[in-house]
Amino acid sequence: MTAPLTSLDRPNSYIGRSVPRPNAKRLLAGRGRYISDLRLPRMLYAAFLRSPHAHAKIVSINTEQVRAVEGVHLVATGTDLAKICTPWTGTLDHFKGMTSAPQLPLPLDRVVWAGQAVVAVVAESRAIAEDALELIEVDYEDLPVVVDLDAAREAGGALVNPGSVNNTCFRSQLDNGAVDDAFAHATHVVEEEFSFGRHTAVTLEPRAIVADYDPAAGMLTVHHGTQTPYQFQDLYSRHYNIPEARVRVIASDIGGSFGMKLHVYHEDMAVVGLSILLGRPVKYVADRIESFVSDIHARDHRVRARMALDAQGEILAMDVEDLTAIGAFSTYPRTSVVEGNQVIRLMGAPYRFKNYRATLEVIFQNKVQTSQYRAVGHPIACAVTERLVDMAAAKLGLDPFAIRAQNVIPDGAYPQTSPTGYRFEALSHQACLKRLHEMMDYDGLRAEQADLRKRGIYRGIGIAAFVEITNPSPAFYGVGGARISSQDGAILSLTPSGEVRCLISVTEQGQGTEAIISQIVADQLGLAQEHVKVITGDTEMTPHGGATWACRGAGIGGETALQATRALKRNILEIAALILQEQPSALDIIDGQVVDAATRNQRMPIAEIARIAYFRSDTLPPGTQAQLTVSHHFAPQGYPFAFTNGIQGCSLEVDVETGLIKLLKHFIVEDCGRVINPMLVDEQLRGGIVQGLGAALFEECRYSDTGQLVNGSLADYLVPMPMEMPDIVIGHVETPTADTELGAKGVGEAGTAAASACVLNAVNDALAPFAVTINSIPITPLKVLTALKRF
Amino acid sequence: MSGFDDSLLNEADETVRVRFVVNGRKVACEVAPRETLVDCLRDKLELTGTHAGCEMGACGACLVQLDGRAVHSCLIFAVQADGATIDTIEGLSELGAIADLQAEFHRRNALQCGFCTPGMLVNAHELLSQTAQPSREEIRDALSGNYCRCTGYEAIVDAIDAVASERMKAGGAGGGVT
Ligand code: FES
Ligand code: FES
Repeated sequence: MTAPLTSLDRPNSYIGRSVPRPNAKRLLAGRGRYISDLRLPRMLYAAFLRSPHAHAKIVSINTEQVRAVEGVHLVATGTDLAKICTPWTGTLDHFKGMTSAPQLPLPLDRVVWAGQAVVAVVAESRAIAEDALELIEVDYEDLPVVVDLDAAREAGGALVNPGSVNNTCFRSQLDNGAVDDAFAHATHVVEEEFSFGRHTAVTLEPRAIVADYDPAAGMLTVHHGTQTPYQFQDLYSRHYNIPEARVRVIASDIGGSFGMKLHVYHEDMAVVGLSILLGRPVKYVADRIESFVSDIHARDHRVRARMALDAQGEILAMDVEDLTAIGAFSTYPRTSVVEGNQVIRLMGAPYRFKNYRATLEVIFQNKVQTSQYRAVGHPIACAVTERLVDMAAAKLGLDPFAIRAQNVIPDGAYPQTSPTGYRFEALSHQACLKRLHEMMDYDGLRAEQADLRKRGIYRGIGIAAFVEITNPSPAFYGVGGARISSQDGAILSLTPSGEVRCLISVTEQGQGTEAIISQIVADQLGLAQEHVKVITGDTEMTPHGGATWACRGAGIGGETALQATRALKRNILEIAALILQEQPSALDIIDGQVVDAATRNQRMPIAEIARIAYFRSDTLPPGTQAQLTVSHHFAPQGYPFAFTNGIQGCSLEVDVETGLIKLLKHFIVEDCGRVINPMLVDEQLRGGIVQGLGAALFEECRYSDTGQLVNGSLADYLVPMPMEMPDIVIGHVETPTADTELGAKGVGEAGTAAASACVLNAVNDALAPFAVTINSIPITPLKVLTALKRF
Repeated sequence: MSGFDDSLLNEADETVRVRFVVNGRKVACEVAPRETLVDCLRDKLELTGTHAGCEMGACGACLVQLDGRAVHSCLIFAVQADGATIDTIEGLSELGAIADLQAEFHRRNALQCGFCTPGMLVNAHELLSQTAQPSREEIRDALSGNYCRCTGYEAIVDAIDAVASERMKAGGAGGGVT
């Protein structure tokens, strides 16, 4: 029996197909070109002396001895770099009242976290530079250190920025008025205080940069391990006062990024300045310890939340307070407030209720900055909401699936506006819930759980629904005054031999950007995928665009490629029509051949059109201008974000003797709209889930009372390893967005968004027989044993 | 040199001549005693396929084959490897020794940024040369010193599992196809 033909059976139908990534073969052969591999002629190496204090005055810096060391080319302090670099401030205009101190590459007179870079040495090798650091003498005078969240908020307490009145970076409130009333009339109220530890991205390749200033050309080239080259082109140009067209940022292979590599780091700005001062290429690659103390950290929230329900289990209202500590500065240019803002706006997102109130307070402290990392705000909002829903279910005697089925926004009820002000175009909670129930064999798992419990084995089942923010429009950073693009650009050329070269502004960090762009181009043009070459990550070649962050690669980058390809196809067919004496509308392209649109009979190869246009334009009718290169930009319109949704489930076992948690299996049903490459989507989901599971069980940046990071190495900071990670079962629902032709939304945050919420619910489910609960992440064995009063 | 005390740094700079057979070729290079093998491979021999993720033996990015066994090149000094035979990802690729693993990783997208991948492949190669048909549990266990931040590990386990089965079917009961 043959299956009915689908759109995938057309020739060159690549959208929706699991094709491997063409560029992955290079990486598998050890032929990646990471920035940390790069070596340029006359290149020097930078190393940084870091502050041992979390807060101290710099009294004096003596670099006399080191300047004389053989192989040392430059020693630079904050003052040296301040002469050529203008300061930056991590605030956004639409966050009213937000404050943050101006920042410079290296500090002038005060250090504000332990590990902050203070002096730079540039030498002929990294080893010489590091040796030389030991000869620098810095005299510090200790200042009071602000570490703890409560201490930071205390009136009259120590200040992170002595000039300010308190340690508040930003405060905000959402309130639609009737929350107190709703709680007063509720039959059931559930309430909890949650805490979420700090963790960090731990990309396997640390941050890496090679800055190369050529004074003769007045040209700065920066090879930068980043996801957002255009953003850095703009920043280097403005802060170092070099015309934008003379700044080139190249982001080749990047060994992991996850949002961590799109912020401005002091060392990176310094390296650019060092190269300008020296007129030579300067390289800096953070080592692992430097990464732990200087990469952005993430999360660190304390949330008090309550939920009101009626007698039947309808959610009536939520009331939320989010306190988050962000370190000594707000990051630039995206700010450290976006996470908290998304936490309070994503609360309760899957559910149909009207009354909502939230306050957000963002606090400074003497630690490294926190900022956007994969699934900004999502895991916090999801864990709080989903835990409260589970608590409500327990109170009402409802099953976790039943209470969600009762409360999610029905699939047919869109468009909807959430009580926090987000506009949802179309989500599919009901379909996802149903799918997950089947996929997990939920009833079977429950039966097994009950059985095992009798034998003293405590298994837990947790589920968590989520809404994910993707495809941000200019309403995100644009309105805040940040020069961060929400549009993308593509330049597409038909080459003389009939292949296509696509230069596009979305970038690749391994998620498969180049693969899906080539799939879209090949599909839309009617060409074999191997005849499409995609080039990304070089501001000198690719047009300006937002690049890859916040899940915009497929949705916005993909749409850009689609529209650009259609334009190129129109141009090709117009020339073909002139040559073939036909109407363009009577022609089409299949497998690189111009065909008769109706009969599909081959007329001529597109390579022949290219040959004629490029080499024999004399044979075309007079006045013909063959436009075989098109450039096209696309900016999202319509909904400000393409929200996606899904639900996760997990099954785990808690060893009540040791407190150890074994993850048994994880499940996700996800709706990212049109799926371009199912295999890549699945792997994004799995990778994202594992990052969420790491946060749930292992990862935490731990500080001493004096503000020292005490677990800054891969031996001390636990990351998810293969042995602890479960197999992950994936299901898809597809609700394409109608805002674009392509219909794709993002998927990169989905896994991380709900994984820790699932684990939190499952652990609490496992511990239910003991009538104890856990409300803090990561869930360490110690926390389990403490809850069980066994420690 | 303006009165600077040379003894401070010179000791660290003195170099030693070491010789290895790297990827089938005899090579000699001058290394400082404190230089690790991973730095020597990457910087002196320009074999940048071997990566450094932690430089303390925790992440597995730097695995190479030394005298036929997988070792962490960040944990040994280049001088310690004097006289050894070393195969890096570049050599194993050119030899075709791990072609089936590479093809399967590619087919299943068992890599994303690819930074952990050379170490994963070296370890997988080692595992399959020791145990012809490891269980999934054994594969996960064997990889438990290889950190990957991008994938969920599952596709990597699947790929190794599939290659083990293929090699068994091809009759290589004793292990790899090297
Ligand atoms: S670099 Fe050697 S194990 Fe991490
Ligand atoms: S693929 Fe990026 S670390 Fe494994």
